[in-house]
Amino acid sequence: MIDPTTLILMILSAATPILFAALGELIVERAGVLNLGVEGMMIAGALAGFAAAHASGSPALGFAVAAVAGAALSMIFGLLTQFLLTNQVATGLALTLFGLGLTALFGKPYEGVKAPSMGPGIFGLNWVVWLGLLMVPLLWWFLNRTRAGLVLRGIGENHHAAHALGHKVRTVRLLAIAFGGAMAGIGGAYISIATVLQWTEGMTAGAGWIALALVVFAGWRAFGVLAGAWLFGGVAVLQLRLQAAGVAVPVQLLAMAPYLATIVALVLISARRRGSAAPGSLGQIFHETS
Amino acid sequence: MWRLETRSEASLAWQIATPVLAVIATMLTGALLFGLMGYDPVAAIRTIFWDPLFGASAGYSRPQLLVKAGPLILIACGLAVGFRAGIWNIGAEGQYIMGGIAGAAVALAAYPAEGWWIFPAMVVAGAFGGWVWGMIPAVLRNWFGASEILVSLMLVYVAQKIAAWMAFGPMRNPEGFGMPGSRNLGQYPSAANPEMFPGTGIHWGVIAAAFAVFGVWVLMSRHIRGLQIRAAGEAPRAARFAGVAPAALVSFCLGLSGALAGMAGLFEAAGPAGQITDGFGSGYGFTAIIVAFLGRLHPVGIVLAGLLMALTYIGGDIAQLMLQMPAATVQVFQGMLLFYLLGFDLLTRYRIRRRVTA
Repeated sequence: MIDPTTLILMILSAATPILFAALGELIVERAGVLNLGVEGMMIAGALAGFAAAHASGSPALGFAVAAVAGAALSMIFGLLTQFLLTNQVATGLALTLFGLGLTALFGKPYEGVKAPSMGPGIFGLNWVVWLGLLMVPLLWWFLNRTRAGLVLRGIGENHHAAHALGHKVRTVRLLAIAFGGAMAGIGGAYISIATVLQWTEGMTAGAGWIALALVVFAGWRAFGVLAGAWLFGGVAVLQLRLQAAGVAVPVQLLAMAPYLATIVALVLISARRRGSAAPGSLGQIFHETS
Repeated sequence: MWRLETRSEASLAWQIATPVLAVIATMLTGALLFGLMGYDPVAAIRTIFWDPLFGASAGYSRPQLLVKAGPLILIACGLAVGFRAGIWNIGAEGQYIMGGIAGAAVALAAYPAEGWWIFPAMVVAGAFGGWVWGMIPAVLRNWFGASEILVSLMLVYVAQKIAAWMAFGPMRNPEGFGMPGSRNLGQYPSAANPEMFPGTGIHWGVIAAAFAVFGVWVLMSRHIRGLQIRAAGEAPRAARFAGVAPAALVSFCLGLSGALAGMAGLFEAAGPAGQITDGFGSGYGFTAIIVAFLGRLHPVGIVLAGLLMALTYIGGDIAQLMLQMPAATVQVFQGMLLFYLLGFDLLTRYRIRRRVTA
């Protein structure tokens, strides 16, 4: 058996990548934009962060570079959806395919290379985990207690009304998209720098999509995202423990658990809420006519 | 400054011109990228887009065009129907894998019997496998309101794990010396899907794709269901008032695209791939999404787009061999192409006018 403290630490660590990515997407979606490119931005962060950490020997620099890489990639999406008024579903999907391709292209030299050590951290958890936990109340406060947060939510609920009130719909959305990209980049880098400790092609393995589902699951609320991330962290850890314990179930079937859990969670939450918690203008194109 | 004026009707000229523009822009950006990576840009572009058709080894690569385009066109035809209705099946890759597994299961169960009925039964099983995998997101959306985008995508990962399990477990070739992977269906005459006319690359999957193109054209332009699909995509509320049941439409679109993707998987498992392996899903399901958009969700466009994408696959293989270019180059090309296409699409829906300051 495993002692409860270690188990909790493992779950907190396993939850961190999707927590970052989902918190970023939460802000994007509250601004009324649906960016399905989370997986692509995560994998870009995973590679860029790993490369920078490996070259400099500093994980902190790695995470900073990962945030920049994620934000840079997200700006392709921002440019297309906000200025060229493209369909957000298709553009996000293109971003994911592009990110996966780009990292496969440039990641080859980093295969088989080891990541620098993260250091011992506080209470057995490295600083990125703590930063993730800190982001939850911070973003809650931003969304619900600040004027900027109110403007962002207003734009997400009804972009025409917000525009009529004189708010800069496009600017706010671009900032939100960049923030979402940076957070996804950090989340991806956590997988390569702190969890797997190396770079492999396609290593995010759907974490970005799980993060997208998590935002729905959370009902577009910051603390809901945290609860969801822990739940998925728990499923992931449990699945790994069962594999290690040598349960008489094929490894490949155990590995399905996070994806099946996502579907189950989506179904349960959608059945109860029927999507009424979604921001009013989510995924709609804003065409500024005057 | 500039402003955008909405066109009352999408411009037909731009609808045809934008995919061409997108391809040209992708080639230019690609050449730039190759230059930065230290390759000769002209040689790289020629290797990918010209050599497969007219180069030294074109005799080998030309038939490959139909081999690769077949599954892409077959899957994209189904996806296009759903995309027209605003129903986003992005899990075709999973439906493709499950179709391949279901079809191969029939063949492996029948082995070593020979009979005319085996291959048709495999086709039915393949379509059924893909249909089931497509109906899961449909049912979950209709009953519980769960997003078909996320559910269909999650099921891709589940299908990949099932394929790996099959290759290592239930379907492992008992005469394969412990190697993962099923029996090679290419060596089992009743189940094989070989090239029908030497040198053309035509196999049953290509013929099925041709039927799918015609079928989708009839459906979308001549059938009441096609009208309902277009109405639901362009004016959902109006369609509902006109009595189009959204749930039935979701089931129809996801079921159809699932069945077509499943068939594509089966033809691949019995033909070019030959067996179910760990990595049976090779990305056709995702590339088909690009094919559907590049083809403007129209059957004729999809044929052209499918052939072009097949060309980049083959060209990418040649570039890998001749110029030591990484395999992922093609993936980057495909992503870039979709970006340009979506961006240029602005011109079909809007006019760009100079803003008059009064």
